[in-house]
Amino acid sequence: MLLLTTTAQPAGKALRRSSRRTMPDLLSRIVIDRSDAAFRDLFEAYGPRLRTFMMKLGADAHVADELAHETLVTVWRKAGIYDASKGSPTTWIYTIARNLRIDHLRRRRVWQELTDEHVSALPSEDLPADEVVNERQRQVRVQAVIKDLPPEQVEVVMLAFVEGLAHGEIAERLSLPLGTVKSRIRLAYQKLRLALEDLR
Amino acid sequence: MSHSIKHHPDGATLVSYAAATLAEPLAAVVACHIAMCPSCRSEIADLERVGAALLFSLDGQPTENALEPLQRADRQYPQATPSSARSSDRLPSPLVAVYGLKMDSIAWRRLGPGVWHHRLALRQRGAGDLRLLRIAAGRRMPNHGHGGAELTLMLEGSYSDSTGNYRRGDVQDLDEHVEHQPVVSADAECICLIASERPARFKSFVGRITQPWTGL
Repeated sequence: MLLLTTTAQPAGKALRRSSRRTMPDLLSRIVIDRSDAAFRDLFEAYGPRLRTFMMKLGADAHVADELAHETLVTVWRKAGIYDASKGSPTTWIYTIARNLRIDHLRRRRVWQELTDEHVSALPSEDLPADEVVNERQRQVRVQAVIKDLPPEQVEVVMLAFVEGLAHGEIAERLSLPLGTVKSRIRLAYQKLRLALEDLR
Repeated sequence: MSHSIKHHPDGATLVSYAAATLAEPLAAVVACHIAMCPSCRSEIADLERVGAALLFSLDGQPTENALEPLQRADRQYPQATPSSARSSDRLPSPLVAVYGLKMDSIAWRRLGPGVWHHRLALRQRGAGDLRLLRIAAGRRMPNHGHGGAELTLMLEGSYSDSTGNYRRGDVQDLDEHVEHQPVVSADAECICLIASERPARFKSFVGRITQPWTGL
């Protein structure tokens, strides 16, 4: 039986409505209402894409489901201590999924921190005061930069972040010299820096 | 501290770190550098935003299996971890956290006159080589090239080569084509964390350190 926060609606309608909720809405709902329905909404909104992300690194359907589930269970468990001012929730989910993928599918020690860890680890004087306002702007700019990248740069960046390929593996996949792969990645990175420069 | 860091990892290295595609030893060095360098830390945060934008631009694969219910344990909140977990040791906090090391209690092994090392275990076998290296003041390293990427993070003292002077927090990010001959400053020994993609290269480098050489 679903436990719904809204009382007078049929379950199906409430779920369809809630799956269009934004991430911060979903997070605050999780914090207030720790029901199966809230988790289901979270899973409906993010599970399918996390599943694809896991399969890109070779997980079969079953493992991909488990890792997508584990990613969102982590979100669920830490939602109460996650501070939205420290970064966007989608970036936070990305770092959780990335680390689980490396740990379980590559069996490498994970040196990357989750955004909730690395920001809280910063000495407070290093945090810009206008961090919160900044966050939304940065996300918008990042999306614009990706949209404007030439296709050969989008390709290498996708292969790195989504397919999880190292420089050498990208070079092999595209039959390109390693130096070409690195310089394309570097060019994309420089565009990102340029686009965010004035927000620093 | 941060304002004095002049040498940072290459942009392509930072991208690989944020995408978690960097070999384990190289990722360890970048993690230690960003623990000391707020500006690279913020670069990584931006690159993670890129990762998030790309992940959430994917088409979703609807799950075929029934959604597993939450377990009782999943429902509990974890305690907020105090950020005091950061170390005050001279070693970067990721090394302290992963290996339980302290700067003043490293079990150094002598490699040759004026050179000591401490090897750090990796989870992934054959993934390369990660070690701390301690070199006496004034030592000149043999001229050497690199097979595969090599990252060096300076922790104590300094060294110079034709590309500049490296001090605490600085990273030297070298690819396979670079040859260099670092010289440790005359006033103090240097301690650095060095990661190499190919373990064999380090052995040949060590071989040359420990051999007597001319030209000093």
